[in-house]
Amino acid sequence: MKVDLLIIGAGPAGMAAALAAAPSGARIAVLDDNPAAGGQIWRDGPQAHLPPLARDYRRRLEAQANIELLPASRVVALAGPRALLVEDPEQGRVIEYDKLILCTGARELLLPFPGWTLPGVTGAGGLQALIKGGLPVAGERIVIAGSGPLLLASTATAQEHGARVLNILEQAPWRAVAGFAAQLPRWPHKLVQSFGLFHPGYRAGSHVVEALGDGRLEAVRVSIGGQLREIACERLACGFGLIPNLQLGLALGCQVENQALIVDAWQATNLDGIYAAGESTGFGGSEKALVEGAIAGHAAVGEREAAQRLWPQRKRWHGFAQALNEAFALGDAVKQLARPDTLLCRCEDVPLSAVAGNQGWSQAKMASRCGMGACQGRICGAAANTLFGWQPPAPRPPFSPARIGTLLQLPQEP
Amino acid sequence: MPDLILDGQPLRVAAGTTVAAALMLGGDGSSRTSVSGQRRAPLCGMGVCQECRVTIDGQRRLACQTLCRDGMQVESRP
Repeated sequence: MKVDLLIIGAGPAGMAAALAAAPSGARIAVLDDNPAAGGQIWRDGPQAHLPPLARDYRRRLEAQANIELLPASRVVALAGPRALLVEDPEQGRVIEYDKLILCTGARELLLPFPGWTLPGVTGAGGLQALIKGGLPVAGERIVIAGSGPLLLASTATAQEHGARVLNILEQAPWRAVAGFAAQLPRWPHKLVQSFGLFHPGYRAGSHVVEALGDGRLEAVRVSIGGQLREIACERLACGFGLIPNLQLGLALGCQVENQALIVDAWQATNLDGIYAAGESTGFGGSEKALVEGAIAGHAAVGEREAAQRLWPQRKRWHGFAQALNEAFALGDAVKQLARPDTLLCRCEDVPLSAVAGNQGWSQAKMASRCGMGACQGRICGAAANTLFGWQPPAPRPPFSPARIGTLLQLPQEP
Repeated sequence: MPDLILDGQPLRVAAGTTVAAALMLGGDGSSRTSVSGQRRAPLCGMGVCQECRVTIDGQRRLACQTLCRDGMQVESRP
């Protein structure tokens, strides 16, 4: 398969990029590892309510004859210059492209604490995603913890589906949360989303200490403003903010700074013909992703004037991103929750004690097998980066577990 | 309304339901056994952590990114 423009990720950035580039007549493919377009924020499902804007984007995407959506597809490896090896449930194949836009989004930062491997413990955004996919939570007692606005979004979804959210524990101090809320009138429709701050169980300067249970979560021990408490519950949803997905960008050789792909005013990376937009250039929400995606889409098909007209809008949402990232910066307390016997690597069941004390990520991997399991270090590598400041090297293929038949599609090395 | 088999038991779910949700609707929610013998359940919900991997019709798949289909055989305890 060969396309003019290949877009990796069908969230808001990828959808906006495809729609901006489509009028040029370019042949466009958008791939995503989820079964439907929308990304994490516009995830569809039997218990999801898509906002009108999301439905509008999806409808327009489907109506464009020159946009092909490739759902349930993952990039497994580079397959030569301007070509990627892609796998879906049925087949593996090489897709060649002229221009590439990386809209790989973000994932939750999940940090280890005692008991975090118990069934019943999920990410905060993770719980929201699972509920949208049909997970029943009616009547359950849930504690939501971690950091950032996603805690509020997850709370809203859980309550809408009949759960009792007992507490929302934000690790950032009250003054940081209040300072962020005070700035929200600059972005009026974000103000509405902050109403969750008035939840009776919302506590700033608070965090989870331990998940308790025999084979399944039964209670959580938490620190609320420094006071230890135990709360009986069926679920704990804990996420410490979002981190950009950089694996493909790093593998291609894109420059990265402060955990984000570096782009210029046209959303172009340092590599010719490769652009990036959305959370992969820095966490900042769907509005930033939509405008960056549109700029990248226009720029990739040479429509610089159309791209430039969107610059002021992008600047506005970069301001929001900055306020967000400053307010919810991680404090030290949540970096010290794991005990020596707490598993850091959940794929290979490697405890913190086997990892700490190494000189860096590569040495830790060789000494302990951490990061060498199915998730390829996406969870424990990000945790080790937060805990120890270790930078993982560029990932090696296959970037995720793949079938042998898929790998056989790779062109033979000369 | 897809009908599937989860660990040998029949289960009917709403259209569009993920296999990750089906694990809870038809069982205890767990998806796999770790290398040290612990039961695990979906964690990230978005195709990253691989905790939700199950065997579907003989293939290893992520439960959170797979929609339930008629006749599907899902195994969480191979």
